[in-house]
Amino acid sequence: MDQTLFWIISISIQNKLLKMKTMKIRTTQFKLLVIIPVIAIMLGCETDEEQTVARFTNLVLSEEFNSDGAPNASIWAYDIGRGPNGDGWGNQELQYYTNSSENVTVQNGVLLITAREESIEDSQYTSARLLTKDLFEQKYGRFEARIRLPSGQGIWPAFWMLGADIDENPWPAAGEIDIMEYRGQNPSELIGSVHGPGYNGGNAISKEYTLQNDRFDTGFHIFGIEWGPEYVNFYVDDVLYNQITPEDVTGPWVFDKPFYMLMNVAVGGSFVGSPNAETVFPQTMLVDYVRVYEYNELY
Amino acid sequence: MKNKKYNNLRFILLLGVMITFSSSCERDFSDDVEFSTFPPNGDVFLDNFSAGLDYFPFVDAGADPEAFSVDTSEKFEGTASMRFDVPSFGNGFVGATFNTTANRDLSSFDALTFYAKASQAASIDAIGFGIDGDTNNKFQVTLNGLDISTRWQKYVIPIPDASRLIAETGLFWLAEGASFEGDEGGYILWFDEIKFEKLGTLAQPSPAIFSGEDLSQVVFTGSSLSINGLTQTVNLGSGLNQTASLAPSYFEFSSSNNAVAVVNELGEVSIVGEGTSLITAIVSGVLAKGSLEITSAGGLLESSIPTQPAANVKSIFSDAYPNETESNFSPGFGGSTTETTITGTGNGEVLTYANNNFTGILFDSTVDASSLSFLHVDVYVQEAGTEVGIQIRDVGANQEIETDPNTGNPIEDDRDYRFTLTNLTPGQWTSFEIPLSGDLANQKNNLGALILTDGPNFILDNIYFYTE
Repeated sequence: MDQTLFWIISISIQNKLLKMKTMKIRTTQFKLLVIIPVIAIMLGCETDEEQTVARFTNLVLSEEFNSDGAPNASIWAYDIGRGPNGDGWGNQELQYYTNSSENVTVQNGVLLITAREESIEDSQYTSARLLTKDLFEQKYGRFEARIRLPSGQGIWPAFWMLGADIDENPWPAAGEIDIMEYRGQNPSELIGSVHGPGYNGGNAISKEYTLQNDRFDTGFHIFGIEWGPEYVNFYVDDVLYNQITPEDVTGPWVFDKPFYMLMNVAVGGSFVGSPNAETVFPQTMLVDYVRVYEYNELY
Repeated sequence: MKNKKYNNLRFILLLGVMITFSSSCERDFSDDVEFSTFPPNGDVFLDNFSAGLDYFPFVDAGADPEAFSVDTSEKFEGTASMRFDVPSFGNGFVGATFNTTANRDLSSFDALTFYAKASQAASIDAIGFGIDGDTNNKFQVTLNGLDISTRWQKYVIPIPDASRLIAETGLFWLAEGASFEGDEGGYILWFDEIKFEKLGTLAQPSPAIFSGEDLSQVVFTGSSLSINGLTQTVNLGSGLNQTASLAPSYFEFSSSNNAVAVVNELGEVSIVGEGTSLITAIVSGVLAKGSLEITSAGGLLESSIPTQPAANVKSIFSDAYPNETESNFSPGFGGSTTETTITGTGNGEVLTYANNNFTGILFDSTVDASSLSFLHVDVYVQEAGTEVGIQIRDVGANQEIETDPNTGNPIEDDRDYRFTLTNLTPGQWTSFEIPLSGDLANQKNNLGALILTDGPNFILDNIYFYTE
């Protein structure tokens, strides 16, 4: 209810109804609430049921992982190795990415991305990173995945996006949207971010969301964004926890162009620190589905 | 998922009310089909004792019953906290359990939680729940060495398997004191908001038996042994792992071959036949780390009964004579791989050594063997060619074992005599009468240890010094 009230107050004070894409209130109730805010408290529960964290419903990609074996090659490709400069993808990550079925496979309707402790090349760990570059790219829309996360110090899974023009406009100019990042040592904390020129790396525009009385490594949770012109809304399950607009970023807004998706489990690196003696391997991220809906400008 | 609406909620509620009304004229279920349960009250101490709670200090063990009070000036929340004045060294300790007179059903919770602070940084020796004299502490959980800071912080003790906790009385216990001169003492511990909670943030339970080690042991039919090192590590909501000691009744033990070994719910293994069996355990469906591979060679023959008159004997380990001194049979020498167990057989106890490289028997008090001439020992092996080295050590007037770390030889005022038990016949006991000679001939009034080398697998019995 607090969150509902927060949104209601935001709406009434800022009078930015058209810009707030995050919540649907039936018109009659909305008028009531503006006129007599007290009633909002009384009706709080009811309006809460009406809160809508995402509204784009025209499904354009539905990856349900229903066929055992390697993921659908017409959608998913792989990054292999330790990055173009061999430096752990710019983050001192410790894993070597492969496309081996030991690191990425579909079983029983679930995509499994597994980080293992095994030596390959100069690396002590293997894992996998899937991406839809040149295979599925889209401007705006709703991108969500239902995931059960791994855990442990130094485990760094992510579901994220990069600007499809990255080959012409290298990062950070290409833009990056992190739908879900998570540190295995903080099992109840999700991080959603955008990176662009002037706001990237440690200065990304980020918000953390802490799950109450639950954690991300014990069950599946839905991680998503709803993205349109001049806004990205971040949600987890039925909670909308952040909106980022051009006013929030400390540089140019680079999110009005197609992006592609990535999913990976990194090990170590500057964002999470290294695994320790208590980190259990292997660690697996389970992805039940990835769904993309197209942007509907009526909203 | 995202777009679910609840416009029908009121209708459903109305329907529910209608159903309730229309079904209310039916007869209720008879009482027979309902299991009666104890109240699911998780409160222990919020601002005062919760319903039925009482204070039971461990007075018999030396705890100071006056150490506990309810403090209304220090509290995390509300009006009062529990206060314990930990005595300084030598003046007793804080030790008590808080139990209810009426049983509680704790099966809907996943942890005991509390806030605590101390007047100085401290480490609580033992704290947990599940002390219950009626059940022999069947579901006891203990955290050892819980660090407490000088500001209020929340602490969590996970319940290993809440479904078992349906009739509990032991809600909270602790033991803390200065166990040596210089250990923390003379300070105050406060606890507040002690209660059982459903946190939902505990995960990755990792139980263990034998402290997570995979052991193997040669045993004999008719003997028994206990599964020890029972713990569970849980990842707390903070992301930190915490390990607690658990009572055996949280575990389901199993033996892969019940014709060789059977395990009861207290983790006691009885060897019932010849062959091999693997002992494992699970807690709440999770396989515990650690196991014991048992190889039973059938019944152990009796060692011969000693015939020396007791007046001529100073005994270290024998069922035939009183001990001259108690001894430490598992000294834990650095680098030692030896597993030593005192095994009960149908004919008294024997000392079983497995995987020995070197270990020892350290006498709690030195033995004056000035008037004695021999060490007797019976040894049993199963593998041909097994030899066991014995070094009889006199530790000298300073009563300390002094050894050259490079050579293993006695130095300073220590002396020893070394003897090898050889020509052993597998499957039989062999008796040795080892003379107290060599460097011991003139110094045997402070015998302090027997060092055992080689093997690696053997059984000893009837270890005593004597004169004819």
